[in-house]
Amino acid sequence: MDRRVWPAGRTASAFALVVLALAACSRNAPPPGPAKPPAATPTGAVAPAAASPDDDGQWTMPAKDYANTRYSGLDQINTGNVKGLQVAFTVSTETLKGQESAVLAVGDTLYFVTPYPNNLYAIDLEKPGGAVKWKYQPKPDAAAQGEACCQPINRGPVYSNGVIYYNTIDAWTHAVDAKTGQLKWKVKVGDFHKGETTNMAPIVVKDHVIVGNSGAEFGVRGWIAALNAGDGSLAWRAYSTGPDKDVLIDPAVFKPFYPQYKGTDLGVSHWRGEQWKIGGGTVWGWISYDPELDLIFHGTSNPAPWNHEARPGDNNWTEGIFARDPETGKAHWFYQYSPHGLWDHSSVNENIILDLPWQGRTRHVVVHPERNGYIYVIDRTSGELLAADPFMKVTASLGVDMKTGKLIDNPEKRPTEGKVVREVCPNSPGAKDWNPSAFSKQTGLLYVPHNNLCMDWETKPVSYLAGTPYIGVNPRFYPADPGKGGEFMAWDPVARKKVWTIDEKWPVWSGAVATAGGLVFYGNLEGWFKAVDARTGQVLWQFKTASGIVGQPTTWRGPDGRQYVSVLSGIGGWAGAMVSSQLDPRDATAAKGFGNMSADLKKESAIGGMLYVFALPKA
Amino acid sequence: MSSPCRRLERLAAAALAAALLAGCQRETRDFHGPPPPSGPQASGVSPSDLAAGGGPIGPPHDPRAAIYEDNAFHIGEGKRYYDWYNCYGCHAAGGGDIGPPLMDDQWIYGGSIEQIHASIVEGRPNGMPSFRNKIPDDQVWEIAAYIRSMGGNVAKDAAPSRGDELQSSLAKTQVKPTPAKPAAPTDQPR
Ligand code: HEC
Repeated sequence: MDRRVWPAGRTASAFALVVLALAACSRNAPPPGPAKPPAATPTGAVAPAAASPDDDGQWTMPAKDYANTRYSGLDQINTGNVKGLQVAFTVSTETLKGQESAVLAVGDTLYFVTPYPNNLYAIDLEKPGGAVKWKYQPKPDAAAQGEACCQPINRGPVYSNGVIYYNTIDAWTHAVDAKTGQLKWKVKVGDFHKGETTNMAPIVVKDHVIVGNSGAEFGVRGWIAALNAGDGSLAWRAYSTGPDKDVLIDPAVFKPFYPQYKGTDLGVSHWRGEQWKIGGGTVWGWISYDPELDLIFHGTSNPAPWNHEARPGDNNWTEGIFARDPETGKAHWFYQYSPHGLWDHSSVNENIILDLPWQGRTRHVVVHPERNGYIYVIDRTSGELLAADPFMKVTASLGVDMKTGKLIDNPEKRPTEGKVVREVCPNSPGAKDWNPSAFSKQTGLLYVPHNNLCMDWETKPVSYLAGTPYIGVNPRFYPADPGKGGEFMAWDPVARKKVWTIDEKWPVWSGAVATAGGLVFYGNLEGWFKAVDARTGQVLWQFKTASGIVGQPTTWRGPDGRQYVSVLSGIGGWAGAMVSSQLDPRDATAAKGFGNMSADLKKESAIGGMLYVFALPKA
Repeated sequence: MSSPCRRLERLAAAALAAALLAGCQRETRDFHGPPPPSGPQASGVSPSDLAAGGGPIGPPHDPRAAIYEDNAFHIGEGKRYYDWYNCYGCHAAGGGDIGPPLMDDQWIYGGSIEQIHASIVEGRPNGMPSFRNKIPDDQVWEIAAYIRSMGGNVAKDAAPSRGDELQSSLAKTQVKPTPAKPAAPTDQPR
């Protein structure tokens, strides 16, 4: 077995053992129980050990583990002492657009990626004050900034076996030696001149670095690809539209649960003409991996253009989720959240791997808070829909037909050219955008940072002009409730209900982290970084950073044995572009609709770019 | 709207230009000629056009500008072409998106009609595509005149009434411009 296959670090050997044991089992056998079953939780929801091993104090991939829990087993900082949390050190990112990267902690080093020019920083934890160990400067093509729909942000690097892998906005993947900062290889994965960019955080599964593209707003054809970790050569690429051979649908392997996904070349026939070639379905979000089933799970983005009248059909395979074999890329099943997506409800949010008690038995599922406003529970072995429950006011659709799995669009809201459709909820960034949730192995709850926004929507004629936006809609956003544009909520995935919620004035655009200290952390657009009691939702501590927070908090054990919490502060991305791109709120359609609601945000937040690391005072 | 970053960017651009120009000057320095007058006092004029605080040097005044600027017909046409060539996609209705706002009084590359014309034709390094040979020149002037009108830089009687965005009136693009439409997608991404 190739050693590069497993995440390096202290867990490597234990993890390899588990996986070795599992590899012996055939895929069709029921998933064997992991060596050490996960501890029970009050809700009964658990993250299986194979996808979410015990904590080693590090943070080597943005989502923490293959299950995408973003849960840390560290408890030095806890509900009892968190009020004493203070800044340990700060580091300037030397950039001023949205800071969406996770901060990794590997051994004695922190790693994060800045927005354009996508510099990769290594911070030395052995030295005081956040000393920069090295800075890798990829020098992406400046012109690519114009091809990024929502600022040239980056969602972070991933560490595996001594190497940091990450994407740059000009559609290159880089492999950098984690110790020295020297480039090992870089490969061009797309053509930004046609609007194809890359900003997602790759994931490493066995010997493959898995990446996907962005650019559905430019009529890019979406794909996910596996690069060989050793040299970046292409192992496979699966498109989200087009003939089965491009989508890597092999009828011998592809067994979707619902009949509407069966047939030949639906990625062509469910489009008009050749529209699928510029049809979107990009793969810019989170990828999770179940080592027991040996399947990865990833979403596909909105179809292009937003003006749906230009693309009749279900627009396969956009706005759905694929389960694929990480070795070959072949699809095992697919489920479509929003057939013929109407609202840019890109389906690339996290798919958290959990095992749930369900009607008297255990179901192996992914839980997915979807932009269209529902939290989905899907059987990850088969693609069967188990639940779809709204988590904000939904007017865009009337619900999900549990028999057919199909979303029921609200006919009153169906857009037609030249007509303004009003009060569409959720709006296009959705009830929740890319910023990831956390699952606590202690409470068994999901912590979901999300939006509470509606919109008016006017479709207009659109023609494809390569390298320019391909949208055809004038949107205008506003809070669903006055003064409440966002929420941070705890959700019980078994009882399928909200447990508590914190109202926020602005959409919550930061990720979440949950800890064994009974805490959850997240940040808001004004710049407050908050520690919340995971059980009650009470804010126990907060600190105002200099800019808005749109990053992904992480927590880890330093070489000195103390627990730290880190987050990037720096407003931007779609929700923050009005501020850090200095857009003009007199135009309601600026930033694709955020102009309408962001005049105050420009006063309440400020442009910045800073890493904050917090710790308790030294004992 | 205060704008520390763009001001900084402009300063940096000016500094860069200064450095570059200084470099050029060194190349052509004549070591044997008479010493150049040193400073304004010497000759009453600055020895070069360089002065701190200046932006990039724009194109010279163009006689065509007068035909288009402040002309209601051309501004109206420019508004249609602005949407037609998808400026809207990156700059929204002037408030900006991927590209900077065009309705405010902050300019990276200059806000005169000639400078706007140059931005459109040449493209700009941080993601503004060049529309050279893609838009007929008279239409570029019309678009530039429309952009000038966004910020209230033209006579009130020439400026178009407020935008159609999100009004249920006829979308401006429903009246199709006659000239060359951008080519249909033949060359597909991958
Ligand atoms: C693909 C996105 C994109 C498209 C399409 C686009 N622009 Fe731009 N534009 C930009 C970006 C990004 C910049 C900033 C470039 C820089 O800073 O170097 C810019 C800059 C400009 C500027 C200079 C602004 C200043 O402050 O000096 C003008 C004027 C302009 N664009 C007009 C247009 C017009 C007119 C069109 C349509 C013909 C257009 N743009 C289409 C992205 C775009």
